[in-house]
Amino acid sequence: MTNNPHISVQHLNVSIGNNDILKDITINIPNKKVISIIGPSGCGKTTLLKSFNRLLDDTPDVKITGKVLVDGENIYDPKAEVTHIRKKMGLLSQRPYPLPMSIYDNVAYGPRLHGRPKKVELDELVETQLKATGLWNEVKDRLHAPATRLSIGQQQRLCLARGLAVEPEIILGDESTSALDPVSTSIIEDLFIHLKQKYTIVLVTHILRQARRVSDYIIFVYMGKIIEFGPTEELLLNPQKELTKEYVKGFIS
Amino acid sequence: MTRRKLEENFFRVLMLLSIIIVAGSFFLIVGTIFIKGVPFMNWDMITKIPGGGFYIGKEGGVLNAIIGSLYVAGGATILGLLISIPVAIYINMYLGSRNVIANSLRIAFDVLFGIPSIVYGAFGFLIMVYFGIKASLLGGIVAVTLLVIPILVRTLDEVILTVPKELRDASLALGATRWEMSKVVLRQIRPGIFTAILLSFGRAIGDVASVLFTAGFSDNIPTSLHQPAATLPLAIFFQLGSPVEEVQGRAYASALILTIVVLIITVLSSWLAKRFSKNKIQ
Amino acid sequence: MLLLTISSVLVVVAIGIGLYYKSAPVLDHASWWHLLSSSEWKPLKGLFGFLPFIMGTLWVTGISIIIALPLCLLSSFYITEYAPQRVRKILVPFVNLLSGIPPVIFGVWGVLFIIPLIQNHIAPHFVEFSTGYSVLAGGIVLAVMIFPLIVSIVCEVLNTIPKELKEASLSLGATKWETIRKVYIRKATPGIIAATVLAISRAFGETIAVLMVCGNNADVPHSVFDSGYPLPALIANNYGEMLSIPMYDSALMFAALLLFIIILLFNIISRVILARLERKLAA
Repeated sequence: MTNNPHISVQHLNVSIGNNDILKDITINIPNKKVISIIGPSGCGKTTLLKSFNRLLDDTPDVKITGKVLVDGENIYDPKAEVTHIRKKMGLLSQRPYPLPMSIYDNVAYGPRLHGRPKKVELDELVETQLKATGLWNEVKDRLHAPATRLSIGQQQRLCLARGLAVEPEIILGDESTSALDPVSTSIIEDLFIHLKQKYTIVLVTHILRQARRVSDYIIFVYMGKIIEFGPTEELLLNPQKELTKEYVKGFIS
Repeated sequence: MTRRKLEENFFRVLMLLSIIIVAGSFFLIVGTIFIKGVPFMNWDMITKIPGGGFYIGKEGGVLNAIIGSLYVAGGATILGLLISIPVAIYINMYLGSRNVIANSLRIAFDVLFGIPSIVYGAFGFLIMVYFGIKASLLGGIVAVTLLVIPILVRTLDEVILTVPKELRDASLALGATRWEMSKVVLRQIRPGIFTAILLSFGRAIGDVASVLFTAGFSDNIPTSLHQPAATLPLAIFFQLGSPVEEVQGRAYASALILTIVVLIITVLSSWLAKRFSKNKIQ
Repeated sequence: MLLLTISSVLVVVAIGIGLYYKSAPVLDHASWWHLLSSSEWKPLKGLFGFLPFIMGTLWVTGISIIIALPLCLLSSFYITEYAPQRVRKILVPFVNLLSGIPPVIFGVWGVLFIIPLIQNHIAPHFVEFSTGYSVLAGGIVLAVMIFPLIVSIVCEVLNTIPKELKEASLSLGATKWETIRKVYIRKATPGIIAATVLAISRAFGETIAVLMVCGNNADVPHSVFDSGYPLPALIANNYGEMLSIPMYDSALMFAALLLFIIILLFNIISRVILARLERKLAA
């Protein structure tokens, strides 16, 4: 692990109403690596992910204590600028949610929010990001068609391109291939592996095979607590804790 | 970046103002009626019928209109129920709830729902002329029934649709006829029927345009269907038009009475609706 | 039962036919075009130009929509996106209670509150003299009457937008308002249009409240402070005399027919839009 973690979570507690979802989470996310968060359903994986870009803020009855430091700054500091924080991270949801506009406008959405780029710059940016996600050749002739006309796999890649267009530092993926067919899934997985050269990538997944294929580190979460954290191969083949052993049992054959 | 924050806050304030205006207009209206109406309220208003010269300031009350409205609204609701319950049952139990015919019928009733009461009033008037009925309690009931049927059918339809499909689907019944299944469904939705009754009664009692041509007006309480009937909204309207301040004040008091009655009905019906759909996810 | 259902539905047709039949005399007397475009209304002379009343209806409805639409849209955004649960539970019932208030009460309120407001506080800034009885008054009263209609439909439409779409926009660094402006409005546009069309058709047909505050002069209004005479008010005010003047009753029935046709059309348009919306969501 590097000395300068990209994200440093310190004693994070999240509760919604009377339910404690996350309990005393402390973890450091290393820089420019792919980290997968695994664990059974409902144990808080998505909540943990969403706490990174403050998407939990709007949940009714939510209580968040603790610190989440990104590049050394606490994003839950009352003086922090939320839109700025969110710009640093790109989120990919379980199902793709293209905005109700054209392919071009989807990718251009973020950049347009944060500045007034000239058309030429925008065109370049759109092309770059679409190429980065392997979509360019498929859509270059219909950039102004509605994004909803794309297939699901293409839509998810579009969402990725859209997220990359705001030049984040971190990519968050919430089971982002679970709605896709195998071909699209492996395209996206390859993208993640490729993108870690530039970005830190945190993925939530319940597919252990995917976690093994893609990630450098794995976090195992159970009932709102972090049970174990370590390099992929080590955690999967030689888990230290009982619970981890139980969970990955089926995978090691 | 500050510009964006400013924009966000600006619109936030604008939105807050808007909702205050929109929700606050309720208080504004009811408040105005209360403030202006209470000074003129007394027991006479609700217990006496107009004496001679009521409209120029002498004795009396609006009991004629209160009773008249109750008769018209009540009669229309009963008549409306007699027609709407079979219709709602037919659409859901005999036609199957979700096919083309049923849905086109629903659209037809939605259209009827949207027709303004003055058109029903005019049409009711035509019917009266055709059948030789004079402006009377009967005329008023006929016109208001027309107004109320779409409301009833729509509400009953919505309520029946909340009954689980298996209970509705007559073909699943073990040898029961569709009629028997219908009776079961009706029993299930009893609170819903009350909601429908309240809703349509509230609408019927407050409407003017449908009774304008058809119910006539009278200072007396009607004792037969063929006598003209006063209605509260019309009474308010006529009193308001008087040059005498005392009478105008009585109009405010009458408006207060009507408002209170309708508010009670509305609150009751939404309380019932909420109790009834306890299981619905908000 | 079948018979009852069919006959209830046939009522629509019957109304149309009945009104048309009764309008026949005045239609024989003058062409559709003349009736709709002439502004001479002198029943005693047999002149029936409906333009003033059509314009009166348009003015009053137009003003009400201009006032109500922005207020209701902003309110709906607030209710669905910004209001805390507790506040929402208190606010929404009061908006809905508005829909239960009888039109005549709105009229009384209009006379008590809006007329003096216009006469004493608003008009003096713009015109020399005004009684307060004007299309503006009618528009304001109508606007308040259609508040609950627009708010309830728009809120419903907004609630169908998946929250993940909002999250996607927020994740890109947009503010809530930017998300509403750029994403929600686009998604909700068909629903907003349907709500507006429905509100217009409701406003067209409102009789008593408007009648009480509009002034009822058979002239084409030229400013918001002029009095107006919408179609429903025409019918309601003159039914008493309609049998004594030749063709008057037929003319009023024609007015009712006009109203019926226009509202029917608007209703159908808005239902079609809403139905298409529903189908898209279910797909």
